[in-house]
Amino acid sequence: MADLRTNFLGIKSPNPFWLASAPPTDKKYNVERAFRAGWGGVVWKTLGEDPAVVNVNGPRYGAIHAGDRRLAGLNNIELITDRPLELNLREIAEVKKAWPDRALVVSLMVPCEEPNWNSIVARVEETGADGLELNFGCPHGMSERGMGSAVGQVPEYIEMVARWCKAATRMPVIVKLTPNITDIRYPARAARKGGADAVSLINTINSIVAVDLDSFAPVPTIDGKGSHGGYCGPAVKPIALNMVAEIARDPETWGMPISGIGGIETWRDAAEYIALGCGTVQVCTAVMTYGFKIVEEMIDGMKKYMDGHGFSTIEDFRGLAVRNLSDWKYLNLNYIAKARIDQDLCIKCGRCHIACEDTSHQAITHMVDGVRHFEVKDEECVGCNLCVNVCPVEGCITMQPMAPGSVDPRTGRVVPAQYANWTTHPNNPSAIAAE
Amino acid sequence: MPDISAGRLGEADYGKNFSDVHPPLSAHEAVVESDRCYFCFDAPCTNACPTSIDIPLFIRKIGTGNVVGAAETIFSSNILGGMCARVCPTETLCEEACVRNLAEEKPVRIGLLQRHATDHYLDRHAAYGVRAPATGRKVAVVGAGPAGLACAHELALKGHQVTIFEARGKAGGLNEFGIAAYKATDGFAQREVDFVLGVGGIAVEAGKALGRDFTLAGLKADYDAVFLGLGLQAVNALGVEGEEIAGVVDAVRWIEELRQSPDKSAIEVGARVVVIGGGMTAVDAAVQAKKLGADEVTIAYRRGSAEMGASRYEQELAQVNGVRILHWVAPRTVVSEGNAVAAVDFERTALDAAGRLTGTGRSVRLLADQVMKAIGQTFVSGPVEAGETVALEGGRIAVDADMRTSLAGVWAGGDCVRGGEDLTVQAVDHGKRAALSIHAALSA
Repeated sequence: MADLRTNFLGIKSPNPFWLASAPPTDKKYNVERAFRAGWGGVVWKTLGEDPAVVNVNGPRYGAIHAGDRRLAGLNNIELITDRPLELNLREIAEVKKAWPDRALVVSLMVPCEEPNWNSIVARVEETGADGLELNFGCPHGMSERGMGSAVGQVPEYIEMVARWCKAATRMPVIVKLTPNITDIRYPARAARKGGADAVSLINTINSIVAVDLDSFAPVPTIDGKGSHGGYCGPAVKPIALNMVAEIARDPETWGMPISGIGGIETWRDAAEYIALGCGTVQVCTAVMTYGFKIVEEMIDGMKKYMDGHGFSTIEDFRGLAVRNLSDWKYLNLNYIAKARIDQDLCIKCGRCHIACEDTSHQAITHMVDGVRHFEVKDEECVGCNLCVNVCPVEGCITMQPMAPGSVDPRTGRVVPAQYANWTTHPNNPSAIAAE
Repeated sequence: MPDISAGRLGEADYGKNFSDVHPPLSAHEAVVESDRCYFCFDAPCTNACPTSIDIPLFIRKIGTGNVVGAAETIFSSNILGGMCARVCPTETLCEEACVRNLAEEKPVRIGLLQRHATDHYLDRHAAYGVRAPATGRKVAVVGAGPAGLACAHELALKGHQVTIFEARGKAGGLNEFGIAAYKATDGFAQREVDFVLGVGGIAVEAGKALGRDFTLAGLKADYDAVFLGLGLQAVNALGVEGEEIAGVVDAVRWIEELRQSPDKSAIEVGARVVVIGGGMTAVDAAVQAKKLGADEVTIAYRRGSAEMGASRYEQELAQVNGVRILHWVAPRTVVSEGNAVAAVDFERTALDAAGRLTGTGRSVRLLADQVMKAIGQTFVSGPVEAGETVALEGGRIAVDADMRTSLAGVWAGGDCVRGGEDLTVQAVDHGKRAALSIHAALSA
């Protein structure tokens, strides 16, 4: 039976599923409910200095929905905790004492002055919390005041603040990164240079989630106006996975512990982050959508997956996908695949046909001998996978690699057995001559 | 004494029993259901629709909150889309073709989505379409049923002036007189007639019957074109002993009486009712007899379930409402007691080695207070055979693909033409196609 226990920077938790610093972790009441539900740890909602920030008193969230109003993306303009620092610190201490086996990390955000950081770090230290997460990510509100993503967008600041905090505490320090930057490797490298123990990512993405077409105001709308917010939820997962992957394979940050965040809803999402090297994952939007109970599915699904693959701990598969991350130029151009439609599974909706016909390579029939029939024309199919993605039936269309030695009907050429990539391709003006 | 009486139920039961058989979808339900449509290429549902409504497009419009646009998509193909949403046997048309059947044996509820869109539109609009400038041409439409109404609307849109001659006192045809009350509640048939006529350019002359009040030759002389949407006027006889006994009624007439009665408790129904036939009319009669408080209602049909004209869904509707369906029995004698019906004797039937229906000699008696005949309707050709005649085929009017009859300047459609399937939606298609052909002829 798989063992989900994790040790991340020396912080132990019964499973890798943590709640991210956000509304679900703003107070003792919620955090204890989460722990009772089975969550392995929490990152307490970001503390700041007194007097506490204030939040808007109108809508703080906006969403985009997929079919059946499934929440696909959430946007928020909420700030860090608006409760007094003292109250939060007291509750953190109480919770840690009552739940010693759970991870309790505290998120922090104060102005970029060393005394401010020293002061708050010292106070958190007294609570017995397990670690610190420096919030250099929030893209709205706090960034206008020179905090959050305003810090995260300047690698030098990240390095500086990380160094102050490491010097000020015994606790492990995690730097939470903003995705609102062109190359995520630079802030990650800065965190490492500053001595941070780990990075967590991603924080939310700058977003306007919708425009109200009657009032012509952004959503959420506060008295007729709106500002950009931070975007999260399932829709951001691909962006987050890529940023995690960039850091995981960057030689300068190689091996640095990562806590993965972004659109995690299921065990499968979590496992993907772990496969890209994450030691823990953090969840927010999914519990804000479905409640804390989803962790039961995550725990059970992860165990079943690990048992099925013979992994006894998270470490057994953590990072296994990193070695398969590649630059495009190294992809094997001699690998040739063709789409195959399983006629027994096909429901004849024709979406593969129209997608291919209108927008791709005219490689799928819609009528054969006067009968509605969808079949791939190998002589046209470039193996693009669009049909697989638009097919409503999972597993109906698959990509089948062609065996080396066979002839690709599209090009009339024999499929080579050997690997060859763009760097040596004759069409590449800077190709390296193959010897 | 046979037990036939009105007012078998409490007052409140009538309203409940004759309310909408398929309650409409709420806006939320409609959006959820619209999400299930795959927006198929060359959609099988559209191909299965006799009026070729662009179903994926109207469903997509519902999903985006453009319900008026959805209705316009429907009406552009089928001006009676509202009634078709209520009475179409969708389970053998669009919904049978839905690819969701292959995926999960549960089609998108196209009929209810269509109703959602068309109801929404009728609540907000008095008519659909904008008429082209007047052409000065006049067309006579005989019969204000679905075929005639659809034909008239399309012709009016093209700018022609239309006069509809209707033998009955009001327009609507079978939508008004022939469909079970619980399928078209709240006066929907008349509401839809008003909606169709609302486009303008259509006059209705009610109470005017072909052959009685005017002739085909007269119409031909007075109008630039004529469309015949006559429907079927007679019902088939059982051809068995005792058919004329009191208590044996014609199901079509009985349904009509029920439909037209504002007070359902005034309609007489037997305690034990035997309905003879296997089509939609048999089901409509049997279910309504049950809803009026009959104790036992049996549909007796000479063949099996698969051969019934009523769809499987309709058969289930009957059974859910407590109607028994007895297969493989043919009526032989209506048994009387005094001057009234007491029972019907049937002979068990079977298929012989050659696949022909034969009697087995075994008999079965069903006690009955009331017998309803629902074994099909026939076209009465007299009026179109006087003077200049239109050719018939198989007892109905022969037409070509454009709904032209053998007589120049005369088109026909709906149940009165050969090959008709006795469906509202098909009648609409006939009417529309005839209108387009008439328009082409008048524009030539």
